[in-house]
Formats: sequence, structure tokens, C-alpha cells
Amino acid sequence: MTKSNSADSRKARAQLTALRVVVYIVLIFLSILCLFSFYMLIINATRSNGQLQAGFTLVPGGHMLENLKNAWTDSSINIPRGLLNSFLVASLTAILTTYFSALTAYGIHAYDFKLKKAAFTFIMAIMVIPSQVSAAGFVQICYKFGLTNNYLVLILPGIAAPIVFFYMKQYMESVLPMEIVEAARVDGSNEFRTFNTIILPMLKPALAVQLIFSFVQSWNNYFLPSLLLTKAEMKTVPIMIAQLRSADYSKFDMGKVYMFILLAILPVMVVYIILSKSIIKGATAGAVKG
Amino acid sequence: MKKGKGISYAKWGYIFIAPFFIAYAVFTLFPQLLTIYNSFFENYREGLKQVGPNFVGLGNYVKLFTPDKSGTINILKYTGNTLALWIGGAIPQIVIALLLAIFFTSYRLNIKGQQFFKTVIYMPNLIMASAFSMLFFTLFSNVGPVNQLIQAWGWSDVPIDFFAYKGTVRGLICIMNFLMWFGNTTILLMAGIMGIDQSLFEAANLDGASSVQVFFRVTLPLLMPILVYTVITAMIGGLQMFDVPQVLTNGKGMPDRTSMTLIMYLNNYLGGSKNYGMSGAISVIIFIITGILSMFVYRSLTKKD
Repeated sequence: MTKSNSADSRKARAQLTALRVVVYIVLIFLSILCLFSFYMLIINATRSNGQLQAGFTLVPGGHMLENLKNAWTDSSINIPRGLLNSFLVASLTAILTTYFSALTAYGIHAYDFKLKKAAFTFIMAIMVIPSQVSAAGFVQICYKFGLTNNYLVLILPGIAAPIVFFYMKQYMESVLPMEIVEAARVDGSNEFRTFNTIILPMLKPALAVQLIFSFVQSWNNYFLPSLLLTKAEMKTVPIMIAQLRSADYSKFDMGKVYMFILLAILPVMVVYIILSKSIIKGATAGAVKG
Repeated sequence: MKKGKGISYAKWGYIFIAPFFIAYAVFTLFPQLLTIYNSFFENYREGLKQVGPNFVGLGNYVKLFTPDKSGTINILKYTGNTLALWIGGAIPQIVIALLLAIFFTSYRLNIKGQQFFKTVIYMPNLIMASAFSMLFFTLFSNVGPVNQLIQAWGWSDVPIDFFAYKGTVRGLICIMNFLMWFGNTTILLMAGIMGIDQSLFEAANLDGASSVQVFFRVTLPLLMPILVYTVITAMIGGLQMFDVPQVLTNGKGMPDRTSMTLIMYLNNYLGGSKNYGMSGAISVIIFIITGILSMFVYRSLTKKD
């Protein structure tokens, strides 16, 4: 009896170990799949055009600074300008999106008013509508009123961000029960000031996560900017990368091409490596209860 | 109600939510209505000449569903492409994510290095899609490292033109979409599994349920709401597919427009000729497809249990 029992448990343990080995192999395989293209990117960005033509290798080539200099000073693709433009648009969008989403969420969370429920339902309903389906009208308006090559039309729509709103609303439900809202409130004082000076600091972790996410989203945004930014000096990074694709790239110095791609994704990658823990946590928090 | 009876705070609610609704009305709702309105007009540029706007009723829609010279109805072709590209990326994405989420949350398996694996698999989600696509283009081009490797290993004497075949172009797009989204889905599903009451698992184990039984009888039914959410968001994301195929194929959807998506089609009308009529009609159709698919997936997934 005991003998067969221990044999059973030994068998079960062996099975578990075998399963564990399989799981680790799968995980390592998927990790390599995720990292390989970026590894190749970094390696190839350090190789000269001649080295790249010569063949495949997994070792760096020692021409990183040369490629960087060539990419940075390229006459047709002004990458430093693009990075600056992208940074400007993305950071302003992130600030507006985060602030106004918190403000809207607080408005619905903290106050009782007739249209409160209707407003909430409406925002939840528009969450699933793809933004591209209103692009045609938006582009038309921008061309009609001379608003192309104007960053405001890319930044201001960030004020209405249903998904960020929803995240903020969920966060407030867990950290801002009505007792705290009431305690923070001094009767007769300006509610707006209460929000800015007392409530906002309490939302810091949520604000930080959403600042990062909205920044990244705007930084990577390609569709609408490519339709609205036509002047070379106004273009953002994703447009420049797409331009690289449409150029006759076979005549290009490939080391420089890899360097362009590396420069485009590097800022987000660095931020991610530093803050990955809180970014991953933030990726779920908004959706769990949804 | 309780405190501050005399003071009504209601107006502050309206003041606080006003910017959101004003921005939404100006930047989304009005353009949306204008898009629908435009879809009934002929309105485009031909070189320097502006045609329209002339009211044409359903003319743009009729044109969209009229076969071209080769006999294909483009909008149906591109809807099919978008669907194929979405399914090819989304099915492995959801299956693998579900498996990984179960591995990561299993106490019995007790997987080490979770933070590292999560960090790695989530990373592609934050990478600029157009740059990721450009990177794949360079890696898989005729003179790229992949072809160098294939030749060095003697698998083929001539470089394989990955961009000449429907299967390889679509395959690359599906792989990229898979890589960009499976980490995100894993993390979402993990949160869903960890939200399930642990005592249910313990009870199932005491009753002698096998891990397979636990998965199908306990985990999966309780995970249904978040799985529905995942599928719907993945689907809406799939309909919007643009950056990856646009950059990979330089907007051509090659070969023979078999990787041209709906948004790429929209972009073609909107980009050069500023054809607000046709792009309006395409937008309305995408809008309708989104609605139908959301309802369909939601129903089929919630009815089962």
C-alpha cells in the first residue's frame, strides 16, 4: 500500500519535473524569438555597409560611432529633428491625456449629478470605436482650415482618451473612497483647487503609468501624423522610418539604415528597461475588472 | 446628502467632465459625422483639379462593391486580407498567452524568473510598429541576414524573395503581430487567473480533479469575461491593422495586393487624392464591421456556459 503510494508520488513528481522542463524550453524559445530581431538590429547597427554585405554574424562590427554620425547628419532624413518633434508631440500629448483623464474620472467618481450615469455609459461605449473611422472627416477639416503641419491637431484630441479615463476611474475606486473625497473637501473652497493640490498627488502611481503609456502610444503613432505632417521639418520619427522604406534603399548604406531604426526605438526601450516592473503592472490594472 | 446639505456639488461634476466631452465632440464626433456625410458625395482631387463635392447618394458604396477590370471586388478582398492577417496572428497569440498565463500562475510548477520572462515577452508591445516592420523588412530582404544565413547553410543557392509570395508576406505580418501582442495578452490573462478565488482550485484538487479538468471546468469558465474582453480588443486592433503591412510592403500590399488591409485601402484614398467620398464610405463600412464583429464574438463567447 505505502509502497505503491510512494511509487505513485514519485511518478507524479517525475511528471511534474518533465512538465517543468518543457515549460522552461517553451519560455526560453519565446524569449529568443522576442529578442532575436532586436539583437540583430543592435549588432547590425555596429557594422559597416561592407561588413553587412559580406555575411551574417552575431558579433558586433565596431562601426557604431561611424554609423551614428552618418545617420545623425543625413541630409534627406533629419533624424535629430524628428526625435525632437516626436518628443515634443508625445510629451505634450501624454501630459494632456493623463491630466484630463484624471479630471474626467474624478468628475464622475466624486460628484453626484443627473447625467453622471449617462456620461459614464457613453464613454464606455465609445471606447471600442476605432479612431481611424473618423480620420477622413478629421483630415478634411484640417486641410480646410489650414491646420496641417500643426502639432495642436495631434496633441489636443488627447484630452478625450476613454481607455485612460477608465483606468483612472478604476484606480480611484480602489484608493479614493468617498470618505477621503469628503475629508479632502473644505466646504465652500474651490473644488478645482482641491483636485489639483490634494487629489492629484494621491494618484501619483496611476498618473506615472499613464504618462508612460500615452507617451509611448503617441511616440509610435504613424497613421494620422503621416496624413497631416507634410513639411520635412515637421515630420515625426515614424514617418521618417516609413520614408526610409519607400526610398530606393538598395543604394543606402545599410549600417546607417539599422542605426535609424535603432534611434527610433531606443528612447522607449531605455525607459522600458528602467521601469519595466511598474509598466507591466500598469498594463493590467485598468482591464482586470472590465 | 450627508454633509454640506446647503451646497450643491453637482455643477463641479459637469465642469470636470466638460473638457473631455468638448474635445470628443470637436475632434472625434464631428469628424465622424462629417465622414458619414461625405460618403454620400463625390469629392476628390485629380492632379490640380478639384472634383465635387456633388451629391451622389449611395454612389460611392455602389462603386466600392463594383468589380474592377479583373473582376475582383476590392473591398471584399481587403476585408478578407485583414481577417486572414488578424486570425493568423490572433489565434496563436491567444492560445500561447493562455498557456503561459496558466504556467506562470501555477503553484505546482512554480516557474522561476517570471519577472525576466514577462519583461522580455511584453517588450515588443511598446516598440514602434513602423520601425519593427522596417526592421523585419531589412532582416528578410534579399541581401538581409536571414537570406545570408539560408545561403551559408546551403538551403538555397539563390536568395529567397520573401516579399514575392503571399504566404511569406502574410506569415511575416502574422509573426510580427503575434510577437507584438502575445506578451500583453499573457499579462492580462494572468491578472484574470489570479483574480479567481483560490479556494475553488483547492476544492477541485481535494475532489481529485486532474489539472486538465481544473482548467476546463474551473479556470476557463471563470476566465470567460476577461477572455471575451481580450478577443474583442484584439479584434478591434486587428481591424485597425496598418503600420506593419504598410511599412513592410511600402503601402503596396504585395504580392498582388494580398496583404492590403482595410485601413491601407482607406489611406490610399485619403493620402494622395484626398478622396473624401470614397474614404468616407470605407470608414462607414469599417465602422459597421466593428459593430457586427464585437456583437458576434461577445455573444458566442458568453453563451457557452
